[in-house]
Amino acid sequence: MAHGPAKGITRWLYTTNHKDIGSMYLWFSFAMFFLGGIFALVIRAELFQPGLQIVEPNFFNQMTTMHGLVMVFGAVMPAFVGLANWMIPMHIGAPDMALPRMNNWSFWILPFAFAMLSSTLFMQGGAPNFGWTFYAPLSTTYAPPSVTFFIFAVHIMGASSIMGAINIIATIVNMRAPGMTYMKMPLFVWTWLITAFLLIAVMPVLAGVVTMMLMDIHFGTSFFDAAGGGDPVLFQHVFWFFGHPEVYIMILPAFGIVSAIIPTFARKPLFGYASMVYATAAIAFLSFVVWAHHMFTVGLPIAGELFFMWATMLIAVPTGVKIFNWVATMFRGAMTFETPMLFSIAFVILFTIGGFSGLMLAIAPADFQYHDTYFVVAHFHYVLVPGAIFSITAGVYYWLPKWCGNMYNETMGKMHFWLAFIGLNVTFFPMHFSGLAGMPRRIPDYNMMFADWNMISSVGAFLFGAAQVMFLYNVIATIVSGKKATDEVWENPEGLEWTVASPAPYHTFSTPPELK
Amino acid sequence: MSGGTYYVPEQSKLPIFASFSLFLTVFGAANWINGNSYGTWLFFAGGLMFAAVLWNWFSIVISENMAGKNSPQLKQSYVIGMGWFIFSEVMFFAAFFGALFYIRTLAVPWLAGEGDGGASSELLWPGFEAQWPLMTTPDMAVNGEEALRKGPEQNMSWPGFGGLLSWLPFWNTAILMTSSVTVHFAHTAIKNNKRKQFNIMLGLTVLLGVIFLILQAEEYIHAYTELGLTLESGIYGSTFFMLTGFHGAHVTMGTMMLLIMWLRSVTKGHFKPDDNFGFEAASWYWHFVDVVWVGLFFAVYVFG
Repeated sequence: MAHGPAKGITRWLYTTNHKDIGSMYLWFSFAMFFLGGIFALVIRAELFQPGLQIVEPNFFNQMTTMHGLVMVFGAVMPAFVGLANWMIPMHIGAPDMALPRMNNWSFWILPFAFAMLSSTLFMQGGAPNFGWTFYAPLSTTYAPPSVTFFIFAVHIMGASSIMGAINIIATIVNMRAPGMTYMKMPLFVWTWLITAFLLIAVMPVLAGVVTMMLMDIHFGTSFFDAAGGGDPVLFQHVFWFFGHPEVYIMILPAFGIVSAIIPTFARKPLFGYASMVYATAAIAFLSFVVWAHHMFTVGLPIAGELFFMWATMLIAVPTGVKIFNWVATMFRGAMTFETPMLFSIAFVILFTIGGFSGLMLAIAPADFQYHDTYFVVAHFHYVLVPGAIFSITAGVYYWLPKWCGNMYNETMGKMHFWLAFIGLNVTFFPMHFSGLAGMPRRIPDYNMMFADWNMISSVGAFLFGAAQVMFLYNVIATIVSGKKATDEVWENPEGLEWTVASPAPYHTFSTPPELK
Repeated sequence: MSGGTYYVPEQSKLPIFASFSLFLTVFGAANWINGNSYGTWLFFAGGLMFAAVLWNWFSIVISENMAGKNSPQLKQSYVIGMGWFIFSEVMFFAAFFGALFYIRTLAVPWLAGEGDGGASSELLWPGFEAQWPLMTTPDMAVNGEEALRKGPEQNMSWPGFGGLLSWLPFWNTAILMTSSVTVHFAHTAIKNNKRKQFNIMLGLTVLLGVIFLILQAEEYIHAYTELGLTLESGIYGSTFFMLTGFHGAHVTMGTMMLLIMWLRSVTKGHFKPDDNFGFEAASWYWHFVDVVWVGLFFAVYVFG
């Protein structure tokens, strides 16, 4: 086995090293985060004032669609897979991922898939414009020709996700160091094990639904066409059977990251480890039986409305267990507030806000007012931005010194945090109000009565965007010229990754460590 | 868990070429479908390249195993990987089975006026009646001969016990069931180091797979030319051809996998009594397509 990385570009093209692949995933995700962010800023710039100022309505629709797709499939998911690649082998004392070549394949599909998806912006008829949920018949009968490219891009990114997930499961099941029993695994490993299961279960269903679209568009089938005996609502059922577990795919690893960070900076062991594991499993199980809460207004039978309403509310129980455990971990701890901790505390508070608005949306009769308004937009941005994005950011600050051997600039990290924190709340909190007042999603123009809240949201969005540029600068500056970090980095952090040098050697745990 | 060292392969060109050729294939397919003539060439070039990469990839994995690089722990990774891959395939079929059940038990009756929204049926599709197989589509109920979405003239459903012996799906079921047994015998044979029996049983399995595919092609020709049943025959045609078509594609894959295993054994003497996971993985896949067929046989044909 080679002891160091190869030289030049082939190091990255041909690598089988989990750390290299993890870094590529993270940089790719970072690039997509900025691309999706630019799309978001186009949206917010247009919505700064009522009326049409900057973009055509059709282009506006392309922006909302591409923003969602790029952020979900290009930014959040690859970031978590990148963290998994870096951290899971080091967390469980494994020399690498179980299937290292397939690991690199999973990654390299993504740049191709997103190049193809992004190229639709320059095609005749423009990019997909039917929203990231691509409901039929908007995405079939009324779709631009580029939808075919969108469908195949989804196919191959799905293949990438499935292979990534298989690799993660094989690694966790098969590669743990002696003594690393399941109930000793760090929670990030546990949450990823369950996330990988969700991925393998639902990504094929996504492949199925886009295949049905492809057949309906080009080969004359009637899956989503009532004239032939099909049903457009069928699309929504199959899509959300994928889509609801998908939103947990984007949050469960976040739970794992926060569960690693809070104990370190509260200087107390995590409260209720076992209950965290069981709560994660319970959330994953429930995610399969709640999908129709996205569809309360399509005309479900009353029994369906009730079932999906109660099942959805049940999710609050295991989630509440988690929130309680994080708060209990901090309770009477010797807390300090380094950047990862700030992001983690913000995660706990703001994710809870997103959770509560989720409970409001779960109430089927009330949902008839909220459905397809900015209230929904506020809700899922409160769970995704401070949920997924903040936890990824926290994870990057927390582990960056281990990855590159240098300490980041704490002052700038804190400035990044406060700018992002303020920016996100200024952006998304007013959306609750405009939504409750009745402002619909996905429109380039709106009634004068929503003007004030929209202007505030737009200001917040640009603030949030500026904060991320600071993040990028800080990461690069750390790698290039940061101060040397110690091997432990933090004060008595828990986990095998802190027992190796900083930066972590190219190969760690070639012979597995002994655990007591 | 294991205390030994784990073989981490050196750098490899396989993944990047696999990604690039996969991209070419789908990019070509999308262009082809959208009517750009160069798409066809891209599709076939990409597909060929992809096949070559996979061929290479498998040869490398096989030679690594024969060179003794694979510890029992590493072999276990392949076993786990194959198991979860099959699970992902199960979920892919689940999407289409789910669509079929939803359409049959909920959507079609609702279109015909059942349930809380029944009144809308009178307005949108007056005269449409629920039935399965769906021979008269809502479009036909309203527009008659002018309809764009027409149902089939005849369907593929259960002919009753009288017509069983002249019913193709029955024979296809018998063939696939038998092949599941023969592949199992092949597995037992290799575990007992009976090479000749292994070759015969595996060869028989491949043969049965090919016969199944020929009969399936026969059935499709029959459907298209005589029954007026096509992919465009409303939702019955959609579900029928998508479910049986994807199954057929998987049988094709499975047959090719088993054929390669057979060639490996016959020409190169691969597989040992205690080390034959390449074959075993293919046989798992074969059992999986058989189980899917049983589901299809009941859901699409018998109760169709």
